[in-house]
Amino acid sequence: MISRADVEHVAALARLGLTDDEIDRMQGQLNRILEAIGQLQSVDTSAVGPTAQVIALENVMREDDSRAPMARDAALANAPLREGDHLRVPVVLEEGR
Amino acid sequence: MSTAAAETLPLVDRTITEVGELLRRREVSSRELTEACLARIRRDGERLNTFLAVGEKRALQAADAVDARLAAGEGANEPLLGIPYALKDIFVTRALDDDGQPNGGLPTTAGSRVLEGYRSPYPSSAEEQLAAAGAVLLGKTNCDEFAMGSSNENSAYGPVRNPWDESTVPGGSSGGSSAGVAGGQAYFALGTDTGGSIRQPASLAGVVGMKPTYGRVSRYGMIAFASSLDQCGPFARSVRDVAHVLGALAGHDPRDSTSVEVPVPDYAATLTGEVRGMRLGVPREYFVAGMEPGVESAVRAAFGVLEGLGAEIVEVSLPSTDAGLATYYIIAPAEASANLARYDGVKYGLSAGEDDLLENYLRTRGAGFGAEVKRRIMLGTYALSAGYYDAYYVKAQQVRTLIKAEFDQVLTDVDALLAPTSPSVAFKIGAKTDDPLLMYLNDACTLPVNIAGLPGISVPCGLSDGLPVGLQVIGKAFDEATILRVADAYERAAGFASLRPPTAHD
Repeated sequence: MISRADVEHVAALARLGLTDDEIDRMQGQLNRILEAIGQLQSVDTSAVGPTAQVIALENVMREDDSRAPMARDAALANAPLREGDHLRVPVVLEEGR
Repeated sequence: MSTAAAETLPLVDRTITEVGELLRRREVSSRELTEACLARIRRDGERLNTFLAVGEKRALQAADAVDARLAAGEGANEPLLGIPYALKDIFVTRALDDDGQPNGGLPTTAGSRVLEGYRSPYPSSAEEQLAAAGAVLLGKTNCDEFAMGSSNENSAYGPVRNPWDESTVPGGSSGGSSAGVAGGQAYFALGTDTGGSIRQPASLAGVVGMKPTYGRVSRYGMIAFASSLDQCGPFARSVRDVAHVLGALAGHDPRDSTSVEVPVPDYAATLTGEVRGMRLGVPREYFVAGMEPGVESAVRAAFGVLEGLGAEIVEVSLPSTDAGLATYYIIAPAEASANLARYDGVKYGLSAGEDDLLENYLRTRGAGFGAEVKRRIMLGTYALSAGYYDAYYVKAQQVRTLIKAEFDQVLTDVDALLAPTSPSVAFKIGAKTDDPLLMYLNDACTLPVNIAGLPGISVPCGLSDGLPVGLQVIGKAFDEATILRVADAYERAAGFASLRPPTAHD
């Protein structure tokens, strides 16, 4: 069973702001889903390797040639905050404040 | 319900193959087809909530350009030339020019508030490939937020209604695409299928829908949900139409490193109607508990039709099928939680405008994502978190190995597999929204196919309680040709190809 504190911890890891109501609802729903998923523990996989993807592709390389990048104004056009040719981001280092 | 012969159907309710003939004989123009679709969208689109954006002016310009080519005698071997279609709003469409100014193209939302107002600076490969094929883009169809859902009720822009019964869902997550094609609003549409999101809505809306093999089609510009499972594919009103669209999409794309260099056959040429001598397996585990009796009887009757055509129907077993749902609901949310980390309120999309970066992440994502997306991010983050990674994520990847090995084994003995697409017909809007687990069961017959990366197609196989049922044909990796051939042979013999919803009238 996952606790309310577990839900809050996972939400913090996921950078997901949840309301108190959402946390309550999520706790109940996640517990029911995880109980159903728990069925997997009864499958014997002792001699089985994991599959991350199903096609026999390994590292895919391309020629190391130069090509025109996306136009800067197009790349920045959706930015919530822009300063000149840069994305503007809240300060993350205390010294900068 | 309309069972009228195809030639008496309104123009917008016919197939690509039929109207393509008329186009090439110059008996109808692409502008007329486009205007007819736009008129149907104006009549029904808002009520059914099928489209999130319609680009009327651009569509008519594209149609006129095609008509000029047709007038010059071009286009004899271009089956999609001049055909109006729609893209699920998961595909980005270029909407900015190099100066960052709107270029008249369509916005992209993925059905989410977090991308409201987003204008892509680049096109998806699908948009480019279909433009190169001469198809006319009408607009972007409604869908479950980030393609997470089985009923289209998780769209931030409201649910889509099924034209067969407007109190029911059209399936999901590509519900706007299935309802739009069923309702004569587009001749074909693209969807995406991570656990059944093309095949299940095709089944519920009575159209043909195909998920190609993982790696067969480029996913460049397709907004990611679960990257080891996602694939894009077509909806249309006949198997032959689907074959034409697949032909325009299939092949390697250097911009998608998961697309594979495998030769692409002429899919339409493989539709011989001949299935004599083929061995078709029916996995007994696919008749799951809770399957509606009307669905089971329609699907079993379809097996009989194929047997009557000379195919050999054999029962087979895929014993790990039962574990598919749990495997999927670990792998898909885990990948989704990583993919959706990019919606951070910094580069594009919604931003809460907080001065503190962490607070900005929390508030942006809390406000931008809907309940199902939050649930899956939480589930995926939990399954990947320290202490649970081996028990959940690695375990699911191991079961994935078993599921794939069983398919591979069975498919050495049979040419393709037959199964129901969905355990139920279209259900009432609101009927399953309070119980995520009940909703997840809709995909029990489709998601194992994604886990194994195989191609699958759903083709209408009759009605139950007046609502469409789908037959699913599952094939070997990169052998779309065989499942198209089986589905086409069935479609020709079964007589359900001209079934249309009550909206099919002018």
